[in-house]
Parts: sequence; structure tokens; C-alpha cells
Amino acid sequence: MATQTEPPPATDVWPTASRGSSRVRHSHHAPTVILGASAVLAAGVLGLSGWVDPVGAVALGWLTFAILSTALTATLRGRRAAKNNVATILVTSAFALAILPLASLMWVVIEHGAPAFNAHFFTYSMRSVVGAGGGIYHAIIGTLYVTAAAAVISVPIGLLSAVYLVEYGRGPMAKALTFLVDVMTGIPSIVAGLFAYALFVLFWGEGTRSGIAGAVALSLLMIPIVVRASEEMLKLVPHELREGAYALGVRKWRTVVQVVLRTAAPGIITGIMLAVARVVGETAPLLVTAGYTDSTNSDIFSRQMMTLPVFAYQSFKSPGVPPEPGYERAWGTALVLLIIVMVLNLIARLCTYFFAPKPNR
Amino acid sequence: MAKTIDVSDLDIYYGSFKAVEDVTLTMASRSVTALIGPSGCGKSSFLRSLNRMHEVIPGARVEGKVIMDGRGLYDVDVDPVLVRRDIGMVFQRPNPFPTMSIADNVLAGKRLNGKRMNRAEAAEIVERALVSANLWNEVKDRLRKPGASLSGGQQQRLCIARALAVEPQVLLMDEPCSALDPISTTAIEDLIHTLKERYTIVIVTHNMQQAARVSDTTAFFNLAGAGRPGHLIESGSTPKIFSTPDNPATEAYISGRFG
Ligand SMILES: Nc1ncnc2c1ncn2[C@@H]1O[C@H](COP(=O)(O)OP(=O)(O)OP(=O)(O)O)[C@@H](O)[C@H]1O
Ligand SMILES: [Mg+2]
Repeated sequence: MATQTEPPPATDVWPTASRGSSRVRHSHHAPTVILGASAVLAAGVLGLSGWVDPVGAVALGWLTFAILSTALTATLRGRRAAKNNVATILVTSAFALAILPLASLMWVVIEHGAPAFNAHFFTYSMRSVVGAGGGIYHAIIGTLYVTAAAAVISVPIGLLSAVYLVEYGRGPMAKALTFLVDVMTGIPSIVAGLFAYALFVLFWGEGTRSGIAGAVALSLLMIPIVVRASEEMLKLVPHELREGAYALGVRKWRTVVQVVLRTAAPGIITGIMLAVARVVGETAPLLVTAGYTDSTNSDIFSRQMMTLPVFAYQSFKSPGVPPEPGYERAWGTALVLLIIVMVLNLIARLCTYFFAPKPNR
Repeated sequence: MAKTIDVSDLDIYYGSFKAVEDVTLTMASRSVTALIGPSGCGKSSFLRSLNRMHEVIPGARVEGKVIMDGRGLYDVDVDPVLVRRDIGMVFQRPNPFPTMSIADNVLAGKRLNGKRMNRAEAAEIVERALVSANLWNEVKDRLRKPGASLSGGQQQRLCIARALAVEPQVLLMDEPCSALDPISTTAIEDLIHTLKERYTIVIVTHNMQQAARVSDTTAFFNLAGAGRPGHLIESGSTPKIFSTPDNPATEAYISGRFG
């Protein structure tokens, strides 16, 4: 897939820049063959020099491949094809480099986290557990409640703000709101946490901890994301659709709800999912607002509530004696978070796929 | 049923820019009025001011009188939304709702207004509108398919059906065929012929032959220069405008000697 070595069609109006009359054709397998040759070559060189290092081997093989295939393309198909080859290799390498950290991150988390997975891990809290055993049930419950509450707070506010900005907002009010949303997007999460804490101190006094305070902190982070995503989606709805509805004598609010929002729905749902995925792993704001506990608490309006990121942090900071089970639980929690984020992204994709209007079906 | 529209001394503005000035024109019921004129002379603006779609654009407003059935459309106590239910509109580019099926597109005017219908009623409205729009035979087996799955010409007829389903008195069409092939154009012109027995039709077109073919009355708009407002130069029965217009500018425009 790396190099473009398609044979030019017989009736080629723009013949490739082949030198002279010798228009040599690559077969589709040429890059694979060269890649294989480079790999063998690199392995051979390493074997002879006795220097064994997988990273070095891959790098050397890739470099050999780049030089070899470019040289070959240059001699067989001319300068233009060679340039194309270099560009293709550069782009592919950049892609590989971008994927590398992600892949290795997933690998490390799975490697360390998977051993923690068992039924006990998911169904027990840490109540009166010392050393091995115990689980993250309480943290799962906490994360579910806190994140759901955050979504319940931020989705209506964010969505309505976006509707205001796109459909109704004119003049200074709209400008001010856009500016505030921009500023909110950049709020550090710990600031959101401290703000929410200070807010709830007003009601429930110093030292208060509750799931709802955590939800408020998270929604401060979520609202700007929801506004931005919904705004973009609403702007994408063609103006002709609104006019089409107005021309049928449909009132503006009905047009907004039933035509504009309906048309933008898949994109908006995707945006909301991604916003949830973005805040579900927040640690600092939850640490100061929801606190931590070893037992299950399903009342978001009182007492501390454990959440997955805080649990991972706690288990890593004070793993207990002996420390190994604590570390293992921390990695297991990290893996759970990773899976949650991936599932949310997957749901977002499915939403786009299933709810988007399909012209030709 | 069909109603006459009387326009007198109408000025149309976009903010402080006067796009059309001092138009006085009567569009008779059960007839087709064609609006012709060079690009930018304000035909679309004029058409859109007839069903109060003009004011949807921020800063846009009109001055003057538009009277239908003895009532001023711009009187203070008139609800623009209700005006639009009486005076339907078809746009230059077909714009079916992409999230709706063919049948739901036809019902959009009713459904989006919160009207409840039982199945039989809905089916009847769909069939009647699609038959009127000359589209029934082509789509009757796939009413549940998305509206966007139709060809351009079919989509345009779907939009006409959608407008008819609201049971308007008047139908405004802004270059309804400009995005269509000759066959779809013929289909829509035939449709206009049958529709004019029941509706007042006002159509904007750049196609002189089309104006000559479909309309009973023709109104020629022109503008003195860029940045100046458009004016109604003359109007009259289509045969007269096309054979012996009073104004030399009309003749120049129709015969293609223009500018
Ligand atoms: N949304 C708008 N905002 C400001 N000015 C506008 C707007 N729409 C149209 N105009 C101006 O109003 C004048 C008339 O435009 P209009 O669209 O009515 O012309 P038209 O006769 O329909 O032209 P065409 O044949 O190209 O469709 C033009 O000068 C145009 O620039
Ligand atoms: Mg126009």
C-alpha cells in the first residue's frame, strides 16, 4: 500500500515521466517485495553485527525500504514517480509515529490491568479490605452517578445555548456568550473543582463532599464542549431547510425543534458522547468535590462518593500493605476507564451511522 | 379558493439598501403571472415579499401594500405564519427534508404544525398532493423511502406536493426549473398548467420560452444600474408583452438584445 505503482493505462494521455522509451511497469507487488527485501537485509546486517534491538531493526528496515524503493522508482519511472514515492513514505511514517504512542499506551494498560479483572473486582467495594481482594464496584457506581448527573446538567444548558447562538442570537449578547464559552473551554479542571467546592460550601458548610458537587464541577467542563459541538452541527443544517419549513407556515420554534435539531441530532449526540468521554476521566475536580470513600454510596446529594479516576489515583498513592494488590487495582481501574472511553466513542460512531439521513437507501 | 393579490407602491429593503422600488401589480386568480428581468433586479425579493418570507432575513422589511381577499398582508394584526399557510412557496433548489420519507415530506406542513391525523387521513392527503404534483405514479411504491433518494426533478415535484398539501390559495415559484433537465422541466410546466385551474400562480423565470409557454400575464422588472433599486417596467398579457411591448427596454430584454 505504500508506493503508488499503478501501471499506466494503455491509452495514457499523460504518460508517466519515464525516461526514453523504456517504460518499465511495476507490478502491484513491487512494494511488498522491496519491503521484504529490506527486512531481510536489515535482519542480516543486525545478525552479522550482533546488535539486536527491535526498535533499531524496524527503523533500519524502514530506512532501507525508503531508500531502495525511491531509488528503484527513480530509475524505472522517473523523477515525478520518485517524488510521489518519497511523499507517500513520509506521510505513512508520520501516521505510524502518531499511532505508536497510542498503541503502546493501550498495550501497557491492558498488560497491567487485565490481571485485575475478575467478577470480584467488579462486584465488591473496598469496604474493610486490607491487602488483596476488594473491587471497584463503589467507584463504578460513583462514576455512573456523577457523570450522568453532569450530563443531565450540561446537555440542556449547552444545547439551548447553542440553539440561542445559532438561531436567535444577534448582537452583543451572542458575542458575549461566544466569548464566555471560549474562555470556559480553557478553564483548568482543578479550577472548576475548586469553584464547585466553594459553591457547595455556601450551602452545606466547610468540608462538604458530595457527588452532586462533583457533577457540577464536571458540567463546568462539559458545557463548553457541548455548546461548541452542537453549535457546529446546527450551523451545518442548510438554511434552505429552515426556509422550506417557514414557507409551509411552520412556526420558528417548531422549525428549530423538529427540522433543525432533528437534522443535526446525530452530530449533536456524537458531540455529547465525546464530551462525556472527555470528562469521565477527570480526577482533580472530583478529588476536591466528591472526595473518596471505600464504601458504595448511591446518594449523590450527601457524603463522599468514590469515582474511577479518583480510585485509581488513591490506589496508586496509598496502595496499602503489601502494595502489589493496590497497584494491580489501580491498573485495572485505568483499563476500565480506557474501555469506557472507547465504548463511548464507539456509541458516538454508531449514532452517526444509524441516525444520519441516508440519501440513497 | 384561488385569490387575487394586489400589490401597490411596494418598496423592498435589505437594511438600508432599497432593492425594489414602487411596484404596483395585480396577480389575478386562477392564472399564471411570470416575473422576468435581469439578475439582481429584485424578482426573488418581490416574490418573497408576497408571502412574508422576505422578513425572515435579518434587517429585511417592506413598505407599501399587499392585499389579498380584501385584507392587507402587512396589516399589524396579521400573523405572517398564517399568511405563509395561505401562500405556498417552491424554491429554486429542491429542498426536501433529509430526515423524512417521501410521505412525511408531503405531510410536513401538517405534522410540523402539530396536527394529528389518523392513518387513513394521512394516506389520503399524501396521495392527493402527490397526484396533484404529478408524482404519484413514480413514487407510490416507495413512499417510505427518504425524500432525498429521488432525482432532482422528482424532488422539485415533491416540494410542490409538500406545498400543495397545506392547501394554499396561491403558489409562488422561484425559478422552479432552473436546476432541472428539459424532461423534468416539461413535467413541471405541464403541472403548472393543471394547477392554475385551482391556484393563483406566480413564477419567476429566466427562460423566455418558459414564460411565454406557461404564463397568462408577464411582468418585466429592470434596474437602472448596480446598487440602484429594481423597478417594474411593464406588465400585461403575455402575448402582448412578447409581441408588442410598450417599453423598448422590455423588447430589448425579450429579444435578447440587452445591456
Ligand atoms: N439577503 C440579502 N441581503 C442583502 N441584499 C440582498 C439579499 N438578497 C438579495 N439582495 C439584493 O437585492 C437585490 C435583488 O435581489 P434578488 O435576489 O431579488 O434578485 P433577482 O431578480 O431574484 O435575481 P436573480 O435573477 O439572480 O435571482 C440585489 O441587488 C441583491 O444584491
Ligand atoms: Mg432570484
